[in-house]
Amino acid sequence: MALDKPGEDYEGRTSYTHVGTRVDRPDGLDKVTGRAKFGADAHAPGMLHGAIVRSPHAHAKILKIDTSKAEALAGVKAVVTRADFATGLEGEEWNVLENVMASDTALYDGHALAAIAATSSLIARDAVKLVEVEYELLPHVTDVDEAMKPDAPVIRAGQQSKLVPEGMHPNVVNYYEGGHGDMDAGFAEADLVIERHFTTEAAHQGYIEPHAALATLGADGKGELWCCTQGHFIVQKTCAALVGIDTSQLRVTASEIGGGFGGKTTVFLEPLALALSRKSNRPVKMVMSRSEILRATGPTSSASMDIKIGMTKDGRITAGKGVFRLQGGAFPDAPAGMAAECSFAPYNLNAVSIEGYEVMANRPKQAAYRAPGSPMAAFAVESVVDELCKALELDPIETRLKNASREGTKAAYGPTWDRIGLVECLEAAQAHPHMQAPLRESEGRGVAAGFWFNHGGETSVSLALSEDGTAQISVGTPDIGGSRASMALMAAEILGIEYENIRVTVADTATLGYNDVSHGSRVTYASGLATINAAKDAVGKLCDRAAQRWGIDPEAVIWEDGCAKPAGPNAGQFDPMPLKEITQRMGRTGGPISGHFEATPEGAGVSFGVHIVDAHVDRETGKTSIDRYTVIQDAGKAVHPTYVEGQFQGGAAQGIGWALNEEYVYGEDGRLQNTVFLDYRIPVASDLPMIDTVIVEVPNPGHPFGVRGVGETGICPPLAAIANAVSGAVGVRMTSLPMSPPKILKALKEQ
Amino acid sequence: MKYHQPSSFADASAIAAGASGVTRYLAGGTDVLVQLRADLVTPDDLIDVKKIDGVHDIVRNSDDSWTIGVAVTGAEMSEHPALCQDWPGVVEAMDLIGSTQVQGRATLVGNLCNGSPAADSVPAMVAADISVTVIGPKGERTIKVEDMPTGPGRTVLEKGDIVTAVHVPSRGDNAGDAYLRFIPRTEMDIAVVGCAVNLRLDGDTITEARVSLGAVAPTVLLVQEAADAIIGTTLDDKALEALSKAAEAACNPINDKRGTIEFRVEVAGVLAKRAAKIAYARAKGKAV
Amino acid sequence: MSKIHVTTKVNGDEVEFLCDPRETMLDVLRDHLNLTGAKEGCGTGDCGACSVTVDGRLVCSCLMLGAEAEGKEIATVEGIANGEALHPLQTKFIEYAALQCGICTPGILVAAKNLLEREPDPTEEQVRYWLAGNLCRCTGYDKIIRAVMDTAADMREAS
Repeated sequence: MALDKPGEDYEGRTSYTHVGTRVDRPDGLDKVTGRAKFGADAHAPGMLHGAIVRSPHAHAKILKIDTSKAEALAGVKAVVTRADFATGLEGEEWNVLENVMASDTALYDGHALAAIAATSSLIARDAVKLVEVEYELLPHVTDVDEAMKPDAPVIRAGQQSKLVPEGMHPNVVNYYEGGHGDMDAGFAEADLVIERHFTTEAAHQGYIEPHAALATLGADGKGELWCCTQGHFIVQKTCAALVGIDTSQLRVTASEIGGGFGGKTTVFLEPLALALSRKSNRPVKMVMSRSEILRATGPTSSASMDIKIGMTKDGRITAGKGVFRLQGGAFPDAPAGMAAECSFAPYNLNAVSIEGYEVMANRPKQAAYRAPGSPMAAFAVESVVDELCKALELDPIETRLKNASREGTKAAYGPTWDRIGLVECLEAAQAHPHMQAPLRESEGRGVAAGFWFNHGGETSVSLALSEDGTAQISVGTPDIGGSRASMALMAAEILGIEYENIRVTVADTATLGYNDVSHGSRVTYASGLATINAAKDAVGKLCDRAAQRWGIDPEAVIWEDGCAKPAGPNAGQFDPMPLKEITQRMGRTGGPISGHFEATPEGAGVSFGVHIVDAHVDRETGKTSIDRYTVIQDAGKAVHPTYVEGQFQGGAAQGIGWALNEEYVYGEDGRLQNTVFLDYRIPVASDLPMIDTVIVEVPNPGHPFGVRGVGETGICPPLAAIANAVSGAVGVRMTSLPMSPPKILKALKEQ
Repeated sequence: MKYHQPSSFADASAIAAGASGVTRYLAGGTDVLVQLRADLVTPDDLIDVKKIDGVHDIVRNSDDSWTIGVAVTGAEMSEHPALCQDWPGVVEAMDLIGSTQVQGRATLVGNLCNGSPAADSVPAMVAADISVTVIGPKGERTIKVEDMPTGPGRTVLEKGDIVTAVHVPSRGDNAGDAYLRFIPRTEMDIAVVGCAVNLRLDGDTITEARVSLGAVAPTVLLVQEAADAIIGTTLDDKALEALSKAAEAACNPINDKRGTIEFRVEVAGVLAKRAAKIAYARAKGKAV
Repeated sequence: MSKIHVTTKVNGDEVEFLCDPRETMLDVLRDHLNLTGAKEGCGTGDCGACSVTVDGRLVCSCLMLGAEAEGKEIATVEGIANGEALHPLQTKFIEYAALQCGICTPGILVAAKNLLEREPDPTEEQVRYWLAGNLCRCTGYDKIIRAVMDTAADMREAS
């Protein structure tokens, strides 16, 4: 497999038997009857329940933790603090440990300081209240711009990368820059240059399933862990390091996962449950409350951005400059570089300059959230492009087409695009009836494009054939959106057996080689590619068995319609031999037949989408309602079109929430104010219209069937599309998210 | 925590009066259980009132006034056509609280006794001139809803007091009420501003009015100036403008996670106008 | 801490349990009765994942104490199918892919079934408002609403 050379994998099939059909998902029955087992649904004999002591302060030195009263409470079996975890960790593992269990300083409201296991969760919660912590309060900062000011409190000294320009505050921990061309010449060429400052607030992934884990760990260093995660292999690796055992001695099983969106790509409870289990010598289950999730897991970054774009009268973008400052909590790795890289991706520019600053603040460690960095960048850039179009009286789609990235375009962050589908998406938008529909009073239409890299990542898949001619597939990527159905469809296409005759299982860490997390829109692409290749590996072995039976050369056998066939008349005259006929005899013809594939595929194929939205603004209250919404996105090849639509719709809905109402609200005291769903306002059913979808299919050269990941791009355009619609509706340009009613009403009054 | 299920208000009151720690009454539980789960309030004694006779009843009295039991849920009110016909504003205010699921449990009295200035049903009850009867160590008394709250989370009720019923006046002729609230979403939010208007007409002219605002001051407000602005008018543009100004002037809100001072004041005026129009149309016999 | 003895009916079966007075109906279902279909998404009545009916009334089981179940009839997602025959809503949810992760699905099915029992011919707006207390973060609700509307149409036709 020439996976390092994208372009060699696409098979160029023109028709498919299984891929592209809308089959029922294999986990459907379990999920409509309530028997699907999610993170919190596991029990173990003798199980204890855990609870966590958390800091109420945004920044405080921990002078003393007295757990004696808690330990004395009847039913309490173990208490752990930082002293119960590994020492000497470095880099990301140290940061993860520091996030899940503070050492000497509480770095944000909700930071874990100790954990308790007791015979019931009520007792564990009562015990939490008995832990006495002495703090020395330190000054705190939660805003990204404030955190960069010279007088801002230093959150953690010595974290600054050498790349950061000299003289910047120690809270600026990393710096990215990219671009090409002559910026001055570019702006000089423009007829109009617009420069704007934008801010976005942190948004939480808002998965409905709380983090949950059930852990068993003995003094022998052997552990079992059940948890809801997007990637149990990274959980295995991280937890083993954090509790100081060998990776291979910890077996992790991924439960059904009740939403992740990037937020379940790291660990929170898992190492604590393991440490408590080791100390109590009992299985320990831990489940987060919603307020713990909002306070102490990883929302996305908040951002402060400056965008400057020049355009000629006829709509050509002459230069684009973006500066992106992203706050990532009290830890490095805010996706500022990715924001910068994604920002101008839809445009073919001669002059472009992008910069990203990673900033620390007294907030929880940010985690990935659907295309991390890209939505805020798209909000800023696509808003300015829209403003330029409006000022120059240009059509927003025509203008984007004129400047669109296409095959051969050099992106601001370096690569030159292979086949991409942006132009096709823009053309589909242009042709969509939505663009022609009439608008009512105080209603506007907004358009915006979005981009995401997509990802390959380490992948390993095994496929085993059964005697009865059916197949079972083990994948290592938790199914977050119906991927078991997609894997079975792709395998069915190769094996030539029915979809229903294939069972796909998310295998535990002891059963399969390492798999990267279900993130980066990588599962249908990478696990799909691995599934296809594992199936091909098995097909090769099936052909060998047929050749052996027929007494001909294995190269003279081909696989078609689920049967081995002689490659041509010269190979001999034999009836096609169906898969089942071969597997029935496999025990005595050489043994079990399996297929395997392991690789780090790198031809994920970037993804573009275009959204159209009609928004109405109540001029008297500033309230925005979304009246109509259309998502157009390139899927490369939609393996299961219904689930592709579902990803488009889900991304749009999350973007709508982020644009209008979702935000982290910190008080003066640095405490999170909105720690329940009542006040962290994700869209409810009555907030949204139907979300129309158009699946564009421009094959990805890096996948045998042309698949591109579709999971993340859908959240990138909505923020700007809605801002552009609001501007069209009532003439105010909203540059700060969320565009909540108080902000819009204020802008209307200042109009 | 001790869980009690008394069979009379006298018993309930006696348990509360004799309790030494934190006491809470349980009707719908939509506030109490949230506080319990969040470890904000863990009562030592929880007194479930739902086994007391009559608490689930909606009764139309002989004088056409209404008595609503303390455990009657929002859903039960919405499903009562005659009550909806008489007091649509009160019913819709109650109905706006939480989800369908919350409506299956939440009660008027719970909403009132929770003491939130943003409670949706309270402005509607104030505008409708509703009162409650209370029994306690000092005997039985009647309290107007507008006199119940004394500040955020606080009411005039004292240790051992318990609300026994809600008394809704007779609707009478040519009258209507309405409640509107502002929330950023369409459902599931706490009011950023709430406004109830209750009025009576003689022909086209408003002869009686009560205007109440929620979430714009430490307690729900009864705004006499706002009522005065429309009494004697046909709710023409000038009256609406005066109403709006009076409503705005009455506001004394705070900046918080749900809204700014500026926004609340402005929207109070907007909602007052909109609610008044609905109440007026209802008084005219129109279905709104 | 003394526990409370409760006798109730869950999905038609009589059950007894002992619960701490602080335990919610949801805790009892999940931890004592091993019915883990109802989920805790928030514990504050804001997400609807724990939806059940009590004497036919839709409620959040996280906002009800286990002790309050005495003498009631509780229905959960586990009781929606009749033996191997799925309820039309269940079939339609699979067909429409009205679920992605599936964590909200039990609550939404319980709520939607309750709606269709009361209103066999709901408008889209009615369905959306009825389900406003059932948060779904995956689907954008589109396929859920379509599945409920289409089930209602099928059930009307069948009756």
